[in-house]
Amino acid sequence: MSRAHGSRSVLRWSDVARLGVSGLAARPTRAVLSALGIAIGIAAMIAVVGISTSSQAQLQSTLDELGTNLLVGSQGQNFFGEKVPLPTTADEAAARVPGVESVAATGTLSELHAYRSAAVPEGRTNGLTVATATPELLEVLGGRVSAGRWFTDGTARFPVAVLGAEAAERLGVTRPGAHVLVGEVVHVVGGILDPLALAPEIDASVLLGEGDGATLLGEAVRPTSVYVRAVESEVDTVRELVPRAVSPGEPSDVAVTRPSDALAAKQAADQAFTGLLVGLGSVALLVGGIGVANTMVISVLERRREIGLRRALGAARRHVRRQFLVEALFLSLLGGVGGIVLGVGVTAVFAIANGWPVAVPPVVLGGGLVATLAIGALAGAWPAMRAARIPPTVALQG
Amino acid sequence: MSTAGAGSTAGAGSTAGAGSTAAGGSASDAGDAGPGAPDAVIELRDVVREYGQPPTVALAGVSLTVRRGEMLAVVGPSGSGKSTMLNVLGTLDRPTSGTVLIDGVDVASCSDDDLSALRSHRIGFVFQQFHLTEGRTTVDNVADGLLYAGVPLRERRERAEEALERVGLGHRLRHRPGQLSGGERQRVAIARAVVHRPPLLLADEPTGNLDTRAGAGVVELLHELHHEGTTIVVITHDVQLSLDLPRRVTIRDGHLADDSHAVGAPVLVTAGGAS
Repeated sequence: MSRAHGSRSVLRWSDVARLGVSGLAARPTRAVLSALGIAIGIAAMIAVVGISTSSQAQLQSTLDELGTNLLVGSQGQNFFGEKVPLPTTADEAAARVPGVESVAATGTLSELHAYRSAAVPEGRTNGLTVATATPELLEVLGGRVSAGRWFTDGTARFPVAVLGAEAAERLGVTRPGAHVLVGEVVHVVGGILDPLALAPEIDASVLLGEGDGATLLGEAVRPTSVYVRAVESEVDTVRELVPRAVSPGEPSDVAVTRPSDALAAKQAADQAFTGLLVGLGSVALLVGGIGVANTMVISVLERRREIGLRRALGAARRHVRRQFLVEALFLSLLGGVGGIVLGVGVTAVFAIANGWPVAVPPVVLGGGLVATLAIGALAGAWPAMRAARIPPTVALQG
Repeated sequence: MSTAGAGSTAGAGSTAGAGSTAAGGSASDAGDAGPGAPDAVIELRDVVREYGQPPTVALAGVSLTVRRGEMLAVVGPSGSGKSTMLNVLGTLDRPTSGTVLIDGVDVASCSDDDLSALRSHRIGFVFQQFHLTEGRTTVDNVADGLLYAGVPLRERRERAEEALERVGLGHRLRHRPGQLSGGERQRVAIARAVVHRPPLLLADEPTGNLDTRAGAGVVELLHELHHEGTTIVVITHDVQLSLDLPRRVTIRDGHLADDSHAVGAPVLVTAGGAS
């Protein structure tokens, strides 16, 4: 109708916000407890995603550092399921493939085992492999020596061993200069390697120089694995060509793998697990939302008088509705912000403890806030409508 | 501003007397469905309000005209329907049937928004239980009277201070309701009701929770507001209070049992006030 009185009932938005805050501040314990539900849900989701992202960031930086251009050619299986040894010239053949930058080889001495000393009963091999390594191996794998030195031309002929990180640990060797028994011959530990992310099989190996290996075996050691660094853009071509170059007659006898793929695949498996955890987090969030709705319903019931008074002071239904909706939004937002702080904090602690970079995608933070507001709106809608329906006459009821 | 209670009563009586002659003349027209009287703030025509099923009748056909500048008491025993009447007068409730005109506007044709606007700009309420928010200063409590008029916070507080000065509580601006006496609290509530300077003030048993002295102070304040031009309707079962007012309307069992104006001359009102 046309208003004879001209003016309308108006509630400024700044006042709506003020009402929302003061409504919560009037019952701080209740506000904090019901916001906690939302906070836990949001924190769980952010921490799960954040930890996963941080570990991914770690993998990415590892891959960036190690490169994704390493290929490993190893003994394939023939038609009868038997391992087929690689030709003795496998590494030289692989080096001739166009696009190959560098090549190294290892040759496993499966008949020999390494022991800490002669006192260790035979057979307690600790699952360690004894293998010869070409001098280029460390460089091709991008590995580092944590103590001592890698083989030099001089040491490769003598009974000197370089231990993989795992092998050193299992043998109880912490510093170079210690003695280990390889086969019947005492070897001096020349160096200990850092763990090799791209070639974990080396970690559990006792490496010998080629000359030393030949002496122990009585003949030249045949390569069992060929490590190839290819030009990044030609990795796929090289992968095709290496088997043919190494074993022109039976290329299928040579199996070529790309270790960085395996790391990525492991990561993908972790992702699936992350999805599950995020699902659990969203259940927590849902429960938090129900908590907010519950708090708001109780609040509306308790504040019938206040609502009646506001109606008498000139609040329209929409003003009452807005007041309670904004209160629910603030309550939810309080939980959301708390949850984001908590979630990022947990991620940071976990990542730093693991030596990973801390990475939480901004999209997740934004998504967390949006989810929070959506939950607040949903949880607040019904109580707010109930509040708006409370008749103004309750203000006058004794 | 009058000081003595007797003086204020006499003044009020003569003011209402002038208006009441006109009211008496048009009182018979009020029942007809014509346009409202030109200076009527409130017009009730055959207002019926029933509750529940089967219906309990709270108001059974009440017709009443309140003119601008009038001050009247609605009296009656509890359960007589006077609170329902105040709800209807204040647009907090709608009649089951009959017509309610506020400032010439038919309430039946108003949306919730329109009625809210009416309350936020044109009507002030005073309640028996004060309905002040604990933990907030008197200034903030009073400022809430302007909350739904869209007035910015600073101006709300300034005007609240003025209103508190007006009700004689200029020295209690930063106090909280718990620190005030009952009479002071009701004054704060009155300040909130008039902070937006409404032409119509509705008071529901304003002295009901107060001792005699505090009650007298509140009544005096209402008289002062009346002198400043506010139309005031007081619902009460306090006979002494009602006798002090220029006009008395008695309700019994939902019917208008007696109207001091309808009965007769304004002289009677003055006489009642003086007795």
